[in-house]
Amino acid sequence: MTGMLTIAGLWKSFDGFVATRDVHLTLNQGETHAVIGPNGAGKTTFFNLITGHIRPDRGSVNFEGTELTGRPPEKIVRMGIARSFQRINIYPRLSVFENVQVALIAHKRQHWNLFTPGRSLHREDTADLLRLVGLSGEAIEVAGELSYGKQKQLELAIALAAQPRLLLLDEPTAGMSPHETADAIALIRDIVKARGLTLLFTEHDMSVVFGIAERISVLHHGEIIASGTPEAVRDDPEVRRVYLGEHAHE
Amino acid sequence: MPSRNLGIAAIVIVLALALLPLSGSRYALDLSTQVLIYCLFALSLNVLIGYIGNVSFGHAAYFAIGGYSCVILLTTYQWPLMLALPAAIVVSGLAAAAIGYFCVRLTEIYFAMLTLAFAMLVWGVAFKWKDVTGGDDGFTGVLMPKLLEDHANFFWFTLVSVSVGVALLWMICHSAFGLTLVAIRENAVRAGFVGVDTRKMRWAAFTVAGTFAGLAGALFGMYNRGMYIENAFWTESAQVLIMVLLGGIHSFIGPLIGAAVLYLLQIVTNQYTPYWPTVLGTILLIVVLVLPDGLTGLAKRFRIFSGS
Repeated sequence: MTGMLTIAGLWKSFDGFVATRDVHLTLNQGETHAVIGPNGAGKTTFFNLITGHIRPDRGSVNFEGTELTGRPPEKIVRMGIARSFQRINIYPRLSVFENVQVALIAHKRQHWNLFTPGRSLHREDTADLLRLVGLSGEAIEVAGELSYGKQKQLELAIALAAQPRLLLLDEPTAGMSPHETADAIALIRDIVKARGLTLLFTEHDMSVVFGIAERISVLHHGEIIASGTPEAVRDDPEVRRVYLGEHAHE
Repeated sequence: MPSRNLGIAAIVIVLALALLPLSGSRYALDLSTQVLIYCLFALSLNVLIGYIGNVSFGHAAYFAIGGYSCVILLTTYQWPLMLALPAAIVVSGLAAAAIGYFCVRLTEIYFAMLTLAFAMLVWGVAFKWKDVTGGDDGFTGVLMPKLLEDHANFFWFTLVSVSVGVALLWMICHSAFGLTLVAIRENAVRAGFVGVDTRKMRWAAFTVAGTFAGLAGALFGMYNRGMYIENAFWTESAQVLIMVLLGGIHSFIGPLIGAAVLYLLQIVTNQYTPYWPTVLGTILLIVVLVLPDGLTGLAKRFRIFSGS
């Protein structure tokens, strides 16, 4: 296996507060990798650095031989990296259908087309993606009026519209009920398997993490303090001390 | 299909308007010509406000550039209309592209202020470049093509030009490009993360808006037989902004209605009182406080209530 994503010496501070401290991480093609850590550990900043939302102070993010740092999000997504957001990030006043349709239009680089009616494009692919995430029945609803769990599913559909090879999901089950969480995780696992995706995700729910992750990295105060198989991470004394303590015996 | 009904309605309205010269009223003709021009002007501004969510306080700049370019080319350089009009449109489009290049680097109030600053610059050029623009005396004595000196002919010419402009804007606003503009308005960050270069898209929208404002300005310059620095002043930008708000920014036809209503209201008001600005302020207050979606929003609300 070769490294698909190689992160080396990544560093980011905000006004003296170090949010990401010398992070090294290699992600192999096809693996499902979880980044865990207490609130404020720097998980979202880490994702924002990879996807070009913010620039690192130093360090490198290399995707299949191409350096990503300094590139804007729209270039990075075109290289095959799509993401979802911890806090819902959709087009709230567009319909569910249009939310996905716009992503497909952008993916096919048709957003510069001034002549073809936008609503006539990719209707089948949009319907397919909505079916995949279980939102067929909500296609014409206003996206902002969906339940929280369904907005999360819509986020997933928007990310998948970019046909990524590497999918980054930031807390895909945050705010969901246990029932919704189980469904969402089953869905994500199926999609990742069916499409052969590489998945990097952050999560606070330990049952989710140990349920699907093949490797886990633990972020603490912006630093990766452990990285390895779920068993190795679970048994790591440092991890137990800073993070798993209260969860380990659940 | 609702869009087909809308298309039929548009054709019926244009055909009905085309019969207007038969009424024999020159007053009605001139008024309608002006209203048509302002409809296109307002519609062009709504590409920015309604579709991409950027409020411009300087849209009169492109109207004025189109107007000055057209009358100067017709008169000073004696170009035929077939060249002068397209050239005027291109010049306003290029000016919008050049100015927009800087404006789209900013958003919200900073964007609005920068559009205002550039528009004041354009006004300054019109004021100071006396040899070319006539300065504060205005540019007068426009050499019109013989055929268009006739009021009915000019009305028909305006009707065709505005109809083509509106049809093109309809196509652009409902294209994949237009839908992506709406997505940027709704959530620019998300649009970036699906692969849209939002700044370039906003730049393109700015250029489109300026181009069509230029067409409106060119028609106005010919109708008016001249251009004056007032046409580039910020109050012009404010007036067209109010037209858009009055009609409703979240509907394609809103600005058309807003332009027509405001313009006619101004004509009527001026017959009774010199205090048009006071009336305008009151209208603005009402729109902002109770009609956030303008007259089209009101119509929609009414339809919802009557339907339930």
